[in-house]
Order: sequence, then C-alpha cells, then structure tokens
Amino acid sequence: MTIVEERPAPPAAPPPRPSRRIWALLRNSWRQLTSMRTALVLLFLLAVAAIPGSIFPQRAVNAEKVTQYYTAHPKLAPWLEKLGGFEVYASPWFASIYLLLFVSLIGCVVPRLIDHVRALRIAVPDAPKRFGRLPQHSDEWSSSLTPAAAAGVIAKQLRGRRFRTKVREQEDGSFTVSAEKGYLKETGNLLFHISMLAVLIGVGFGHWYGWHGNRILVGGADQGFCNVLPQYDDSSLGPRVDTADLPNFCIKLTKFDATYQTTGQPKTFSATVSVTQDGGAAETRSFTVNDPLRLHGASVHLLGHGYAPILRYTDRYGVSQTKVVPFLPVDAMQTSEGVAQFPDVNIDPKTGKRDATLQMGFEGRYLPTVAKDGSATSAFPAENDPALYLTAYRGDLGLDVGTPGSVYSLDQGQIATGELKNITGTRPHPMRVGDTWTLDDGSKLEFLGTRPFATLSIRHDPTQSLALAGAVLGLLGLMLSLWGHRRRVWFRALPGRSAVSGGTLLVAGGLPRTDYPGFPDEFEALVKTAEEGTP
Amino acid sequence: MAELSNQLVAAAVLAYLAAMICYAGEYAFGKRSHIGKAASRPARQLVGAGAPVPDDIVSDDPPPPARRDRAELTGRIAVGFNALAVLLHLGALVTRGVAADRMPWGNMYEYILSTTFVASAVWIGVVLARPAVRHLGLFAALALVVMLGAASLIAYTPVGPLVPALNSYWFIIHVSTVIVGSGIFLIGAVPAAMFLIRNGYDEGKRRFPYTLGKRVPEAAVLERLTFRLHAFAFPLFTFGALIAGPIWAEASWGRYWGWDPKEVWAFISWIVYAGYLHARATPSVKRTVATWIALIGFVTMLMNLFGVNLFFEGLHSYANAG
Ligand code: HEM
Repeated sequence: MTIVEERPAPPAAPPPRPSRRIWALLRNSWRQLTSMRTALVLLFLLAVAAIPGSIFPQRAVNAEKVTQYYTAHPKLAPWLEKLGGFEVYASPWFASIYLLLFVSLIGCVVPRLIDHVRALRIAVPDAPKRFGRLPQHSDEWSSSLTPAAAAGVIAKQLRGRRFRTKVREQEDGSFTVSAEKGYLKETGNLLFHISMLAVLIGVGFGHWYGWHGNRILVGGADQGFCNVLPQYDDSSLGPRVDTADLPNFCIKLTKFDATYQTTGQPKTFSATVSVTQDGGAAETRSFTVNDPLRLHGASVHLLGHGYAPILRYTDRYGVSQTKVVPFLPVDAMQTSEGVAQFPDVNIDPKTGKRDATLQMGFEGRYLPTVAKDGSATSAFPAENDPALYLTAYRGDLGLDVGTPGSVYSLDQGQIATGELKNITGTRPHPMRVGDTWTLDDGSKLEFLGTRPFATLSIRHDPTQSLALAGAVLGLLGLMLSLWGHRRRVWFRALPGRSAVSGGTLLVAGGLPRTDYPGFPDEFEALVKTAEEGTP
Repeated sequence: MAELSNQLVAAAVLAYLAAMICYAGEYAFGKRSHIGKAASRPARQLVGAGAPVPDDIVSDDPPPPARRDRAELTGRIAVGFNALAVLLHLGALVTRGVAADRMPWGNMYEYILSTTFVASAVWIGVVLARPAVRHLGLFAALALVVMLGAASLIAYTPVGPLVPALNSYWFIIHVSTVIVGSGIFLIGAVPAAMFLIRNGYDEGKRRFPYTLGKRVPEAAVLERLTFRLHAFAFPLFTFGALIAGPIWAEASWGRYWGWDPKEVWAFISWIVYAGYLHARATPSVKRTVATWIALIGFVTMLMNLFGVNLFFEGLHSYANAG
C-alpha cells in the first residue's frame, strides 16, 4: 500500500567496462529477482504449480492410488512419473519456484529492514514550507501561548496519542512539531515476511529430521509393538534420521471402545494402551481420534480400527496353531476382508518335512453384523451378529519365493497357476463364533472369536512448533501490516504578528503515507484538540 | 427440524430471488444520482476502517420524479427482501444445527450453507452501511441464489452426527474462521467484478457486460471496497486455513500439512490472494490487473467449495458427502 513512498530508483549504471559487465549483469539480475513484479510472477507460478498435485494421486498422500493410476493409464503414468507428477510437492520444479520466491523475499526484506531500522532511529523529518500542498491542512488559529509553549503542548498531546514527535525551533523564531505514527505497519510487514522464512525452515527441517510409520496394532498382551522399524507395516524416515535415533517405547492395546449412532455412523473411538517408555514401568493411557497419545519424541495417532478374527487350525496330524489376523474394513459398516495363512502345517511327524503342497490359506470376509437380507456386507459396524465367510485353499502359498506379497490377500499368482487350489467351492463357508469347520482331509478350522485392532500412525516432527510459531507471528505481522496506517502531521507555531505579545499563530498539515481513508477525520480531531489545548 | 431447515433454505432462495428482481427493477428504472442522494446520511464504517462514500455522483439528466420514487421504493423493497433472505438463511442454519445437535458445519452442504450465509450477512452489512453500493445487490443476490441452489442440488446431505474426526474444538475454530474468511472473499468478488465493468465503461467500452457499469457506483469506490473486503478476509482465512487447520490436522491425522486436495486448494487460494494484495500494493501494477487477480482468487475459492468436493477424494471426511 505504499503509494506515496517508493524506493528511489537505482542510480544509472556507469558505462560498462568489460571487467564490470559480469558484475553489472549479476547486479541487474538480482534487482530483477527482488522486484515486486518477480515476486508476483513467482507467487502465481507457485499457485499454478500446486494444481497438478490435487489432480494426480500423490505418493506421499496415498501410494495405493498411484498404483491404481498406473493400471488405469499405463501409457501416461510413466511420463507423469518422469515429470514428478506423483510427487509434485517434492519435485525439483516445485522446489525451485519456492526457493526462488524465498531468495526474492530475502532480497526484498533485508533492504527494507535496514531502511526501517534507520527510519526508526532518525527523527521525524521537519515540516514542509507550505502546508497548502499537503492532502490535509488546517486553517490558522491564534493562541495566547508563546510559540514554544504552544509547540510543547501540542507535542505532548501527540505523544499521548503515541505519535513519534519532534519539536524544532526555526531560525525565524517559529516552532515546528513533526509527528509520525504507524511504524508498526512496516514492522508488521517485515515480521510477516520474515516469519514466512521461519515457516519454510520449520517445514524443511521437519521433512529432514522427522519420521513416521503406520502400524496395525491388534489387541492383547501377546500382540504388543515396539518402536523399531521392522515392526512397522510401513514407515518413512527423513533423510537425516537414523534407525538408532528412534525413541524407545513399546505399546500394547488393552482395550478399544467404539460407539455408534443407530445409523451406524461412528460417534466415539477410544483406545486404551499400556505403554513402557525407555524401559520404565508400564503406564495405562487412553487416546482417541483428535487427541493423540503424546510420548517422548513421538506421538501416536488413532486413524481407524477393525476386527481381527482368532482362528485355530488343527491339521491332519492333529497339530494345532492359532492366529489372530486383522481383517481390513472395506466400508463404513466394517465389512472386513482378510486372510489367514498357515504355511507350517501338515508336517508329517515321521519325516519332519514340510510339504509345500499342503500349506493352508483361508480367505474371506468378516461381517460384524450380518444383514437380514442376506447380502454379503455388514449392516452395522459393531459386533451385533458377527459371522465369518471363508474359502479354504490348499497348496503352495508362495510365501517362500519372491517379493513379500500383501498380508491381506492370498497370492493370486499361485492361484492362477494352480499351485494353490480352492478346496471348498465357490460359496464361502459361513462360521459363527465357536464353530468348527471340518475340511475334506479331516483337518479343522475353529473360529474362536475376534479381537479389536487399531490403525496407528506414529510420527515425530521436531520442528513443527517452529513452523507454528512462524505462522502465528506471521499472522500477527500480517494484521499489523494490513490494518495499520502510516501518517505524518506537522504543526507550525509562528510568533503572532499582532501587537499582543506572546500571541501565536498556529497551523497544521497532514500526510497519509498509505492509502488511509480515515485520515481526514483523524486529522480534524488532532487539530481540534490542539486548538483546545492552545487557547 | 431438518425438514424445517430445508424449507427455510427454499424460502431464503425465494427471498433472494425476490430481492434480485427488485434490485433489477431499481436498476432498470433508476439512475445513480438518486441512489447517491438517498445515501447522503453519513457513511458508516465497514468491518475494518471506513471510507466515506462520495455521494456527489451527479447524473447529467435526472429522471422524472415519479420514476425516481418508484425506483427508490423498489430499491428499498429489494433491501428488505434481502434482509429477510438473510434472516431465513440464518434460520435454516440454526434449525439445521439444532436438528443435528452440533454446529452446522459437518459436511459440504452445511459448509456451503454457512459460507454463503456469511457472504450474505457481510453483504447486507455493506449495503446498510453504504446505500451507494446498493446497485450491486442484483449481482450479489444472483451469486447467492446460484450458490445456494447449487448447494441444495449438488451437495445436499441429510442431517447426521459428526464423524469422530470432526469432533474437536479446533474443528470448530478452523471451520468457523475459514467459513467467515471464505464468505467475505466470495462477496468481495462482486465489487471486484463490478469495478472491472465500471472501469471498462468509464474507458468508453459499450459492449455487454460493460453496459452494466452504467449505473453502479464509481470505480474508485468499488475498488476500495474490494480491497477492504479482501484485506479483512485474508488474515481470517490465513488463521483458519493455515494455522487452525494444520493444528487440527496434526492432532487428528498426525501431520499438520499433507497436500490433501482440500489443503492444496486452500494453499492456492491463499497464494493467489497474497498475490492480489501484493499487486495492489505495487504502484506499477494497474488496479485492474490487481482486481483480476482477486477474481482468480474467487475462482479458486469456488474450486475449493465445490470442485474439490466433487472431483477429488481426500481425507477431509465432510468432503466425501454429497
Ligand atoms: C512467500 C511469499 C510471499 C507471501 C505469501 C507474501 C505475502 C504478502 C502479503 C499478504 C502482503 C500484504 C501486506 C500489506 O499489504 O501490507 C505483502 C506485502 C508485501 N510484500 Fe510480500 N509476500 C511474499 C513474498 C514477497 C516477496 C518475494 C517480496 C519481495 C520481492 C515481497 C515484498 C512485499 C512488500 C514490499 C510488501 C509491502 C507492500 C507495501 O505495503 O508496501 N513479498 N506480502
């Protein structure tokens, strides 16, 4: 909003000598880069550059969506990948725009900061010769005070209104009072822009020194989790984080409560855990959505929940194994899908050898509340009438070869090649809690019940408070900058020309230094108090 | 209650339509001059600091008094309808909140209902403070009718409780400030567009839409109003979208910023409006150019209100309703 005031144009460059040319070029580019026009263009570019990130799936937001995009657009996807379309906000072109913007910002703010500090230290400039040229000026009025006394009174009034004020005695015996207010506007502007730098640093360091991981934590003392990388389902460490830096804690889910509206909309979730930190004693803590569990050097966020059926498989030799397998919810009513894989079963006790063709896998759905209409989806998210629908497979689960597959579905490749066979037909076998299902080879599967599980996101960002502090200070600066007004007023006290000794003629002028429509009113009020104070 | 809320929305739309028709009537009959005269009570201040509106806008040939009175009356009726519409709109929000037993900001439909309410309330505040800008009412009412209609047709969601992720006081702070900020930005686009039209008209352009500029307030008044509204909304939006939002996101999802589509578009809007403020602060950039940037900001706001909810899928749970 600085309309009245603009930085003076740089002096014309001297005639270029070859040795100076590069210097001049550099200086000109710098000037160009730090101009407001460039800042505008860069801001605009940044806005445009952010758009693709909302159009294309972003790996950092949802990696699975990127995979789906690859399947849906096999031709386009590799190109997008090359252009950074799936990682827009980490791409070099996005970074180069905001880095340039911030270089420009520094180049812009530093000179202004210096100017501002200087302006704060020098006295308010003296009054111009004639007030008639100023946007605001008063009529003359006379006072019986001496010029010095009148100037003193007015200066005091102005100081009381928090103007920076300076009284000067002129050669002709008159006095001038110069006053300026609204320095906070510029201070605010500088604070705002500097805070933006703090935010950038906070965000950047958070990216380097932060880490996060996700983990499905099944209820029960035997299912605890400790904060080491292999125990995460997926994780990502910042470039400057070492696995050894991770804080030392273990948590066990002891209780999970969920309440629902009759429509099935969730009302509340709450997870109760037993935590040990740095080898200390176990404590019981509860946390919920929006209210994470804050530990030393990490916070644990509750993102979701579900059910993990407990299944006991007793093989043809009578050996049994129990597994608790989380089934992932696929809809809001907690219709859940998952698998139970038993690779180490049906081992002939005589030979002790594992037969790869006799591994067992069960795949299917868990419905916490079976729908009355017999559909394959759950009718309510709580376990009002639970049932498990499973299909059994026998053969090679494919766990020993190749890349680790998903733990939530069977290896479709093995099924396709016939290495893993469906042995129970197309209709899934329904099971209620407590049911036993006897398979064709006499082996048995028992559905013992379920346990809750919680989907946790565990994170640490060491500089998020810096980013927050930057943002808050920035907002403060912004408000000062946008809502403040810088203005100057001058009063002149001339010795009276009349015979009355000690008489003084007074006159005032005012200059709003920024677009400030309220200024005439303020000026009028100042003049009025001045008149009243100088009878 | 939910039923009542829906009926109130419909009634509000009708009242906005009625206001629109009356504004249009005044617009057709009237001339600027008498509006200026009707406005010649001291101009009161808007939310920030106020600028006196020059009411010395003189028209070259005053219309015959009868016509003038009719236009004047129509204009007053328009403002009456407009005020009624704001009350109905408020009623719709309140009943919706009562029906749901929470703040009425739980999903996209309610969010739009609230944002347009703020826009409308600010607008009526501006009109009452400065009758000189009343002629813009036609366009403000039109914008509101379109947005409310779109909300009811595209985004309607039955009353439901909040999903637990939305159940936090930071949510209330975040959403309320974003709603107020966005509402003011939205209505700020009306004087912005009219400034461009009026300015074009003043430069001698006589095609549509510049012909609309014939009877709106002076370009400088419109421009300043535009700036004031945006300068007021910007810090609010900054607080709501870039401070309170991330604080809530940190507590809820564990990260304060994740480039979810809603966040991306809030960021874009913010950057564009920052660009507007910069452009306006730079003497070498023309005011028309700056105002175009504000209008681009408006488009990004619409994208945020409607587009993101419809086209993209994100974490913002209320974004998926509809
Ligand atoms: C991170 C990017 C930036 C953002 C979000 C931003 C935002 C803003 C905002 C909102 C204002 C309005 C405050 C007011 O009108 O007083 C402003 C003013 C200003 N900005 Fe920036 N800015 C950015 C970068 C820059 C850069 C790179 C420069 C330098 C080239 C710059 C120079 C200025 C100046 C000089 C003003 C004050 C205008 C005046 O009142 O005289 N800004 N900025």
